[in-house]
Formats: sequence, C-alpha cells, structure tokens
Amino acid sequence: MSIRNTTIGPEPLARREAVRADPVQRHRRMVEIRAAEERIREFHSSGQAWGTTHCADGQEAVAVGIAAAARPTDQVWIAHRVHGHGLALGCTLESVFAENLGRSTGSVGGIGGSFHLTETAVGLVHSFTIIGAQIAQAVGAAYAMQVQGKDDVCIAQFGDGAVNIGVFHEALNLAKIWNVPAVFVLENNQYAEFTRVDKMTPIEPLAKRGDAYDMPWAVVDGQDVEAVRLAMVDAIELARSGGGPTLLEMETYRYLGHSRSDLAAYRPEGEFDEWQSRDPITQSRNALLEAGLVTESELDAIDAEVASSIEAAAVAALAGPEPETSAMFNNVLAT
Amino acid sequence: MLAQGGEPLKKRMRMNQAIAAALHDEMAADDTVVCYGEDVAEAGGVFKTSQGLLEEFGPMRVRDTPISEMAILGSAVGAATAGLRPVVEIMFVEFFGVCLDQMVTQAAKLHYLTNGAVTVPMVARASVGAGRGFGATHSQTCETWFTATPGLKIVHVSNGASAYGLLRSAIRDDNPVVFLEPKSIYGTRSEVVLGEAGIVPLGQAATMRTGSDVTIVSLGQLVGAATEAADSLENDGISVELIDLQTLKPWDRNTVLASVARTQRAVIVEENPFSGGWGNDLSATIAAELFGELEAPVLRVTTPDVPVPFSRSLEFQYLPSASYIASQVAQLCQTGKTPEPWWSQFT
Ligand SMILES: Cc1ncc(C[n+]2csc(CCOP(=O)(O)OP(=O)(O)O)c2C)c(N)n1
Ligand SMILES: [Mg+2]
Repeated sequence: MSIRNTTIGPEPLARREAVRADPVQRHRRMVEIRAAEERIREFHSSGQAWGTTHCADGQEAVAVGIAAAARPTDQVWIAHRVHGHGLALGCTLESVFAENLGRSTGSVGGIGGSFHLTETAVGLVHSFTIIGAQIAQAVGAAYAMQVQGKDDVCIAQFGDGAVNIGVFHEALNLAKIWNVPAVFVLENNQYAEFTRVDKMTPIEPLAKRGDAYDMPWAVVDGQDVEAVRLAMVDAIELARSGGGPTLLEMETYRYLGHSRSDLAAYRPEGEFDEWQSRDPITQSRNALLEAGLVTESELDAIDAEVASSIEAAAVAALAGPEPETSAMFNNVLAT
Repeated sequence: MLAQGGEPLKKRMRMNQAIAAALHDEMAADDTVVCYGEDVAEAGGVFKTSQGLLEEFGPMRVRDTPISEMAILGSAVGAATAGLRPVVEIMFVEFFGVCLDQMVTQAAKLHYLTNGAVTVPMVARASVGAGRGFGATHSQTCETWFTATPGLKIVHVSNGASAYGLLRSAIRDDNPVVFLEPKSIYGTRSEVVLGEAGIVPLGQAATMRTGSDVTIVSLGQLVGAATEAADSLENDGISVELIDLQTLKPWDRNTVLASVARTQRAVIVEENPFSGGWGNDLSATIAAELFGELEAPVLRVTTPDVPVPFSRSLEFQYLPSASYIASQVAQLCQTGKTPEPWWSQFT
C-alpha cells in the first residue's frame, strides 16, 4: 500500500458520506465552502496567515458535485484552487484553516501551505501546483487500478488554463489508448490568472479537445450541483465498468481575483453580475425549496449553523501549534 | 541616458521597476528585442516586471502566452536563431521543470552542434527563492539545474542596480542566459544607475565591501543577509570582505581567488540545499588554488537538505539569517574549523 492513511478520526469520511447521500447536505456544504473562503481571506488580510491563497467563490457546485458522485475509495487529484474541493471531499474546516495558517494541525502539518491538501481517507491524494502535473499522475493511478484489478476510478481536476500545457495532451492520449478508468474534470472558470480563456484557446467549447483523443466529452452547467453530480456519476460509471476515460468541462466562474492580491480589474463590465445571477448557492436554495425538500427557516438555520461551525473551526485552527523545527526534516524520504 | 549636466541618471526604484526599466531601455535601443510569457503583456507581469512595455512597444513585440512553457522557451530558441533577441519569462523557476529540454538540451547546445553557425541570443527570466510563503514548489532557486550545463550563462541578481545592469548585458549577450530574480526583494527600493553607465558586465563579481579577516561570497537575496552579518561581525572586530558573485556562470574566479588569497578565509553563503550546491564548485576551486595558504577550511552556509517548508517560522529557520551567518563566520574565524550547521541536531 503506497498511500498511508494519515486521517485522524472519522470526521472526513462522515462529511463525505453526507454530501453523497443528501441534497440538503450538498447545499449546506456549498454554504460552508463560501463562508470558509471568506474566513480564509480574513486570516490573510489580518496577517494571521501568510503567503498567498486561491479562492473559488462561485465555483462551489463543481467541487460538491464531484464529491457527491465519487466514492471515497476513488482517487481525486486536484489543482491549486483547493479549499472548495478539499472541504467538499471531506477535509475538516479546521485542517483547511490550519494549513493556511501554517499550523501543525493543518491538512499536511503546516508544511505545505494554502494550496496543499491531502486527505487519504476520502481519496484526496493531493493538490498540484505545477499546472497539469496531476493529469498524468491520475492516468498512472488509474492504470494501477487496472493492474491490481480494482474498480476504483481516478479523477483529475484542472483549470481552463491547463489545456495548453503539454502534459494535458500527453496524458489524455495515454489515458485513451490504455483505456484507463479516469475522469478528466476541466473546471472552466473563464480565467487563468488575469487572462480570459478565449484569448488563449481558440476553440469553444474547450471539451471539444476530447475529439482529438476519440474520448467522450460533455459540457456541464457548473453552476448546478445536481447537473455536475449526474454528469460525474455517468462518467465514473463508464470508467468503472471498463468503458475508459471521459473529459467533462464544468462551466463556471471565478467571482474574485486569481489569488489574494488580485482585484480582477480586467474583467469586462457586467460579466460578474451576469454570472452572479446564476449563483450556485442561490440556485440550489431555490431548487430545494421548489422540490419541497426544505423550508425557508430550515435553510436559514443551516446558514446560522455553518457560521458558528466556521467560527469554532477558526478558533481551533488559531489555537493549533506551529510545527516544531524538527518537522521540516520529516518525510523527506520514506523510511 | 544622462541627467542634465552629463551626470548618469540615478533613480530610487523597486527592483521590479528596475527590471522593467532594463527591458524598456534594451527594447528602445534594439528593435529585435521582444518580450513574452504568461501575463507579461496586458497585466505587466505577475511581479510587475514588464509594466508599460505593451503600451510602449505594442503587441508585435510584447505578448501574453498560454500556460505553455515548452512553447514559450522553444519558440524563444527559434526566434533567437532567426534574428530576434527574445526575453521570455518563466514565472517561477520551478516551471523550467516542464520545459527543461529547451533550455539545457536545445538552447545550450545549438551553437555547439552547428559548429558555431547558429547562435541563440535569448534570455529566460525567472523568479527564485524562499521568504514569501509560497511553499515547496514555488520557493527554490534551482540554480544547479543549470550550472551543470555547458553552453548557458546564469545570472542571479541581488538588488535593483544589479538587476538593471545585468539584464541589459544578458540581452546583449549572444548566448542563452538564465536570469534569476529573488522574488522576496522585487519590492525593495534602492538607487539604480540608468542608461549605459548602469550596465553591469556578465562574468564579473561585485565587491560590496572590503575587509581583511574573511571573504564572504554570496548571491541573490542572501547578499542582503550577508551584508547585515558583515555589519555585526565588524562590530565584533571581524573584518569582512563581501563579494556578490552576480554571474554564477561563468563565475568570477579572479575576484574571488584574489580576495581569499588576502583574507585567507572563505565563507560561501548560498540559497541551496547543502548537497549539490554551486558552493561546492567554489570551495573546491578555492581549496585547490590556495592549498596551504588558508587559515581555515572553506565554509559553506546553506539551507538544509529539505524541501522549503511553508510555516512562516520554519521557512525563516530554513533560510540562512544574518545572525546565523554571523555566528557561523565568527566560529570559523575563532576556531579555524568549520562549525556544525544548525540542523546537525536534527539529522
Ligand atoms: C507550469 C506552470 N506554469 C504556470 C503556473 C502559474 N500559474 C498558477 S495558477 C495559473 C493559472 C491557472 O489557470 P487555470 O488552469 O484556469 O486554473 P484557475 O486558476 O482558474 O483555477 C498559473 C498560470 C504554474 N503554477 N505552473
Ligand atoms: Mg481558470
């Protein structure tokens, strides 16, 4: 076994099962992610956290939809915009906060920083900060499933910016000719850093690239958590049953700048408002009400409960100790 | 560029502004110079090192690219062979990892393999180093990826003036140059001499202060820490000569050896893991050339053999501080022996 379970306690798995089982829990998790990222920005603006951080406000439905569709034994390989995916997959608020704060109670012990998360009990292998690296790694992990006769699926998440790095092409081609059980999730939030997607990639939709590999592909409404979940369920089942890889493009929008210091002044007027009118959390709220699954007051109670859990987690994370100096010498090599 | 009265024009500016000024001045002087990379043009660079260039020189010469480092670097090699002097940005030096072939196997060898028929006058700029909380994958110097490759020049700057002057030389050089910029000091202001008078030749070290007891050789952001260390050592009666190497390849043997021959002690302060750093080359050269003339073995002050840890306290423990450098140098001078590094208790 080459992945060691480092999870402390049953909470991540329980959090994961909740979003897999229940649409109201999926809504709740999206609310939690939105509030958590706001809190993370406060850690940074107050000087409690240092370095940079990449938030995904507006993209919550993509993260939660993936987490709801995949089993905890399926492996997920994500990019640098980590908080939403991590929390959706089951990371605890405290571990995500504490990693941003560089505390030893963080997801990877405060050694990684704001864009590094691992939670092996729920299949989150790691987050990858060199664009595209995880795409090929997920292909290899999926190949390992084939060799070992396992029916787990490997999911690689990456941004619209990653479709122009060489490894995207190499990995998707390899995945197809080896027919590995992989799902490629292209999370198109319309921007890579400060540059609009259409300036750098001359095709639309991006997922059409799948044709180049004779790979099934689809464009999915990334503002709709159930649409994301259902598309993922189909692609995962295809992969699990030996049908090979799929490329899914999730259409969504990054509400804020690329990272902490970016005010996103380069966006055309009105673009943000247009996307906000299809806000994933507002839409899920309305859908749940319409389906009669919750009442207004239950939804309000969720918001309040989430707010207090965020504060409790923040207090716990801030109380976490800094790593010992000796910690930097751990795990350089496996022993 | 001269101020009125014929004096060289001096200006206080941030290091990133000095870099933009060097790009600007070379582009103005030579219309074969082009600049491109990720978010280099419209945004003026993620570290604001190319601000104003698009407005001044237009999109034919200043361009944004997709996230495609292989294409960025490979196209620069091609453009350089075809008459341009491209200056491309690889935002963080680690991103050379996805396109190393174009630097070390293509750019570095084309002149050699064409029997001198083809030259590759290009510059690949990258931010380097720890101290900004960017974590293990965005905080290394990676200098040694390039030092072991004949056919490249390597520059690593330590302040605005050297950044300005060395970048202009790098662009004029007919060889592929890897140009490294410490990200932790992009925002640091200092006086920069602009124009021809500010040009700093490649291959020459800068003696930042003279002294008689020990020579410290450093590079990049650690020149700052070494300067502070030299100040405090001076107060303790140890006279330090501080050399900023500036160009790592070819490094300035004459300046370093002449200095150490006088001080008889050498300390190399380097932002690299202890194993495999360029300081080993300098140490071996000093030890061989000055065999029998030294008062103490050559000392290397480096980072430990670990990836860069994120936690703020750990990251600053990892980086050699001024007080750590001073205490290492003082021990060397007092005992004539190399002291243990701080991490010896952990490994
Ligand atoms: C190989 C490489 N090149 C450049 C970068 C710098 N970088 C980090 S994030 C980013 C933009 C990524 O855009 P996208 O893939 O759309 O993801 P998003 O940030 O929108 O989530 C860039 C260029 C990097 N990390 N790795
Ligand atoms: Mg994007």
